[in-house]
Amino acid sequence: MAKITDILRTMEYGPSPESDEHVRAWLAAHRGGFGHFVAGRFLAPGALFDVNNPATGERIAGVTLGTAADVDAAVRAARKALPKWSALSGDARARHLYALARHVQKRERFLAVLESVDNGKPIRESRDIDIPLVARHFYHHAGWASLVASEFPDCRPVGVCGQIIPWNFPLLMLAWKIAPALAAGNTVVLKPAEFTPLTALAFAQICIEAGLPPGVVNIVTGDGATGAALVAHDDVDKIAFTGSTEVGRAIRKASAGTGKKLSLELGGKSPFIVFEDADLDSAVEGVVDAIWFNQGQVCCAGSRLLAAESIADKFLAKLRARMAHLRVGDPLDKSTDVGAIVAPVQLERIKRLVDQGEREGAKVWRAPGALPERGCFYPPTLVTDVEPASLLAREEIFGPVLVTMTFRTPDEAIALANNTRYGLSASVWTENVNRALEFAARVKAGVVWINSTNLFDAAAGFGGYRESGFGREGGREGLAEYLALDAPKGKTSAKALLSPTLTALPGQSPAPGADAIDRTAKLYIGGKQARPDSGYCYAVLDRKGASVGLAGLGNRKDIRNAVEAASKASGWGAATAHNRAQALYYVAENLEARAAEFAERLRATTGASVREARE
Amino acid sequence: MNEASHANSSAPPASHNRARNPGVALDVSWFEPVGVNASAVERRVASLTGRRSLKKEYQAAWLVRALTCLDLTTLAGDDTAGRVHRLCAKARRPLDEDVLEALGLTDSPPTVGAVCVYPTMVAPAVRALAGSGIPVASVAAGFPAGLTPLKQRLAEIDYAVSEGAGEIDIVITRAHVLNREWSALYDEVKAMREACGAAHLKAILATGDLKTLRNVYSASMVAMQAGADFIKTSTGKEDVNATLPVSLTMLRALRDYRDATGFEIGFKPAGGLRTAKDALNWLILMKEELGLPWMRSDLFRIGASSLLTDIERQLSHYATGRYSANYRHAMA
Repeated sequence: MAKITDILRTMEYGPSPESDEHVRAWLAAHRGGFGHFVAGRFLAPGALFDVNNPATGERIAGVTLGTAADVDAAVRAARKALPKWSALSGDARARHLYALARHVQKRERFLAVLESVDNGKPIRESRDIDIPLVARHFYHHAGWASLVASEFPDCRPVGVCGQIIPWNFPLLMLAWKIAPALAAGNTVVLKPAEFTPLTALAFAQICIEAGLPPGVVNIVTGDGATGAALVAHDDVDKIAFTGSTEVGRAIRKASAGTGKKLSLELGGKSPFIVFEDADLDSAVEGVVDAIWFNQGQVCCAGSRLLAAESIADKFLAKLRARMAHLRVGDPLDKSTDVGAIVAPVQLERIKRLVDQGEREGAKVWRAPGALPERGCFYPPTLVTDVEPASLLAREEIFGPVLVTMTFRTPDEAIALANNTRYGLSASVWTENVNRALEFAARVKAGVVWINSTNLFDAAAGFGGYRESGFGREGGREGLAEYLALDAPKGKTSAKALLSPTLTALPGQSPAPGADAIDRTAKLYIGGKQARPDSGYCYAVLDRKGASVGLAGLGNRKDIRNAVEAASKASGWGAATAHNRAQALYYVAENLEARAAEFAERLRATTGASVREARE
Repeated sequence: MNEASHANSSAPPASHNRARNPGVALDVSWFEPVGVNASAVERRVASLTGRRSLKKEYQAAWLVRALTCLDLTTLAGDDTAGRVHRLCAKARRPLDEDVLEALGLTDSPPTVGAVCVYPTMVAPAVRALAGSGIPVASVAAGFPAGLTPLKQRLAEIDYAVSEGAGEIDIVITRAHVLNREWSALYDEVKAMREACGAAHLKAILATGDLKTLRNVYSASMVAMQAGADFIKTSTGKEDVNATLPVSLTMLRALRDYRDATGFEIGFKPAGGLRTAKDALNWLILMKEELGLPWMRSDLFRIGASSLLTDIERQLSHYATGRYSANYRHAMA
């Protein structure tokens, strides 16, 4: 035991370990390995893979490697449970979600410790952030379960949802996936990440405890192949994925054309912008929360610091001083700020990228202080002398590494912020409200934090643009991802259209009647009538195969021109809503003036009656 | 004086051994452009105390340290020489013998940082503390409102110093801050600093009256530019006294002042710190924001009257494993 007089000299914090006694007991009780959770019960363990504690390298559990047959069994269980679950009243589903939230809260400390042991994140974060947000997410969606029928009329659950989640926030991502799916009346098959399956398995036990009907939640553990089997399964109606852009792209390819609904939450290289009038000390704390939260393994981590050139040196000096106070070490110590990287392979990747960047000429500064001798640890790192062209400024590092650039003007700040293939989040620091609002409107990011960062709330939609994915999680928009529109009711006389034959050969069909005015077929791009680049046009056929006119045959270049014109037309978004409405009214007036002509064209091309066309 | 000699002796705190802040000319550019974002500051302090934890002997040692930073205070209308005598006895001997033994501090029993009283109580306090090395601090300058004429306030400082006070806690004119009369504020504090002579000046900002954190930052900076040795949050008589957001803002100001001038200014939260847990939270704040030098009584004081009892009980719990009743500890 340290002597009081010695401590008075150093004023160290000393050890403050969170007990892992209960988690160890739980792991010991499952020494034989964990099976999948299907139809409300745990299956016998199959072929196992190891799960390790990244802070020590110690093997802590064996978990079953899911096969295509396991996935199939789980999907069948989910399908079987679907009719009854989706037919429950919203209030009944709400009671189930509420029970899940309550049970998560009752097991709060157990789940927090288990998460830290499995993932390596500091207990302070799993205890104060992850697990409370999990409970909050279930509570919030208990509310939605009651409201979904009235708030989303003419909608139905999508069906069986295949959900694949990452290792950085294992239980929180599970909650983000399962809570809205269940609220909307879907059943799920969830595959937790290979590195971090344990809290999902503990959650499966909570599902039993809370009395959730069998088959509503199914959990299949495994690796990438298990996930691929889930994506490929014919009887899955929706895929929700959070993870790397690379895997997201593969999932999109695999699911294209299958009719599966899809939402993807992928990578990021999010900007953190500090203007010269910001509260610099608070912005330093913001950086800490942005990039040293969860060892920087956060898809929306503010990993690109953009600081106004006039204050950059001062700001970086403050930041370095702050970094010296970060404590890296045992995730279960209550005074730890930065824990372990999830797995050796990730640690290697971080090291490789930073070394490569250093060779490119970047200046790398690592926070002082010794790292633990074993386990996967990487120090908080600040990289300067990088430019937008540098590797480290473009690649998502997914570790505790911040890169820094400077800007001269607000316009340049926005240009740099948007100079990325990602678009997940952005954080802006300024005491000027106009500047903050202008920035928020112009930055291409799904989430914008003003004078704050990494704040999450179950009621606020989260998701990205560009290669950060699409679809939102949380709030009303997140719930909509788990709903499908009912098929329209009543009968319609519209019949299947002929598939158009886009042929540019002349003489394929009779010319339009003599009553029609002969027109040159053109495209409409950038406010102008433009001849198609190909110089070709094709005949538009009516239901009987007769030509009703010609249309320009667009090609790749026409589409490029059209997309460029659309992205240049930023004035439309900046116009007031009233002015946009005025323009739409004007269009409507002109359509009305030519209503007969349009109705006739609809009749001719679709075969609808004149009355239907007019309506 | 180094850490070791301080930790191992009951010698007086090193309060008067460091280069004093001579002040600089008033320069509004040091604080007017500085933004203080209240919600971001609140978020920082909300998570700060959850990020650090102290157990067992470490907690005990930190509580001993808090005790040595205590300005044991009585500022009541019914203070008498007898009451002050009792307080001083406690200041000399804040911990019981058995607790000292369990802490291994029998040979170097800790004492509080100072005793803080009204000017007319300075003389009895000085007598009661004779030979202990514990300085007497006196509030002065129209405490707590600070609205008596400047001439009288300066005379009051003269009086307290001549009675033997080694530290003077003055309170600024809040109106100067609320009305942005920076040179009036600067001149006032500078005059008081001169009146203090060799005694140290602690400038009370009465942050509960200033309300905004920008005001707190600006007032801190002006007080330091005018030559304050310490900046202090509150008189203890405002509606809201020391809070973590206000303290964090003042610490950022004194850090910026140090970076600009090289002079290290002390910090004293006062009022509102009642529990041992509060004392630890503020020490954590000092360590995280400034580091080791600001965890000693020459740069950190806590103004409190009831806090000592709770620290004593916690230390007694460390020594015995049981929580003790108040009546087991000598009254202050």
